[in-house]
Amino acid sequence: MHNRTVEILVGAFMAAGLVAFFFLAMQVSNLSSSGNGDGYEVIARFDNIGSLKVRSPVTMAGVRIGRVSEIGFDRRTYEAVVTLRIESEYNVIPDDSFAKIFTAGLLGEQYIGLDPGGSDKFLQQGSEISLTQSALVLEEIIGQFLFSKAEEGDSFE
Amino acid sequence: MLDSLARLGRVGIGVLERLGRGHLLLLAIFVGLPDLLPRLGLLLRQIYSVGVLSVLIISVSGLFVGMVLGLQGYYILSQFGAEQTLGVMVAASLVRELGPVVAALLFAGRAGSALTAEIGLMKATEQLSGLEMMAVDPVRRVLTPRFFAGFISMPLLAALFSALGVLGGYFVGGGLLGVDDGAFWAQMQAKIDLHEDVYNGVIKSFVFGLVCTWIALFQGYDCVPTSEGVSRATTRTVVHSSLAVLGLDFILTALMFGE
Repeated sequence: MHNRTVEILVGAFMAAGLVAFFFLAMQVSNLSSSGNGDGYEVIARFDNIGSLKVRSPVTMAGVRIGRVSEIGFDRRTYEAVVTLRIESEYNVIPDDSFAKIFTAGLLGEQYIGLDPGGSDKFLQQGSEISLTQSALVLEEIIGQFLFSKAEEGDSFE
Repeated sequence: MLDSLARLGRVGIGVLERLGRGHLLLLAIFVGLPDLLPRLGLLLRQIYSVGVLSVLIISVSGLFVGMVLGLQGYYILSQFGAEQTLGVMVAASLVRELGPVVAALLFAGRAGSALTAEIGLMKATEQLSGLEMMAVDPVRRVLTPRFFAGFISMPLLAALFSALGVLGGYFVGGGLLGVDDGAFWAQMQAKIDLHEDVYNGVIKSFVFGLVCTWIALFQGYDCVPTSEGVSRATTRTVVHSSLAVLGLDFILTALMFGE
């Protein structure tokens, strides 16, 4: 085996390995859509965040504009404090926008949806979204449903 | 009674001695790294025999493992009407676990055993002593290039395995079973995270490359210099490497993905 052939084959091997790695990085994973680092952070307080997680998407009209970057707990008000990192290109969101926690599909993951408000001031680094709606917890809804059914039953008698 | 206790003690001391010799050898191999850098030709030749010659078995296995994952995954997922997440299933299991682990097992069988046999025979035919007579350190001249060749080759082979596996899963899922192309890739890209999944898989394959090559070299260097000794060392290489890979995989998975 000549030295040159060995070198060429080793070069081809390393190139193939690197191509495979880049394939995994670019094509298989979410590198192209992660977009972390830049952007600004706003916080929102919720009574109940359900199963919202760090890195859950933040959407507006169904388009992802950011991610949840941190979830904390306020020990005085017993509320969940969710920090949202919104990408810097979406910097004209009214500061009275409404943040709701939705579920994607029946059993899907939970995400935050923002409904735009009418204010002419915009959200900036560190501002707080005051209008929020908690996650729907299935057990609570079923409980309320049963409760109201039971009341209906009473009124018929 | 005392005899059996003494036998147990002897076994324990033997194990500890082997472990100690193994770590000293690893240290000596790393100390030889500065001498290797000006002579990359040695490294290149070893990457050829350790890495390039393993490409065929790794690629074929990766492709078929991916195809089987595609078939089995489709069978289960279609019962829930979730066959569009086939891409996620195939890619996650390959990138996180099967890529590094199966590639390392194949690597231990294909390249590790060859390394042990080569070095064991060098020892049995007194080539290593010959090198020492010529004032050439056999660890630096023979072991260091082989070690780093394995350490470099293993992640590349694992990446090749995973990439071809994903393609294999795509051929079966998208081509044969009619899963929607766009959903296959889009779901995969949405759910597989570069840091969480891909980088952790690469870290795993570096660890496995280090461990497999180290075990192979140590077994060869430490073997009884007879034909029987070399054959036993080769067997031990494959067994120990496989067990080490599977055990370490559990520990690494618990560290990386456990919360």
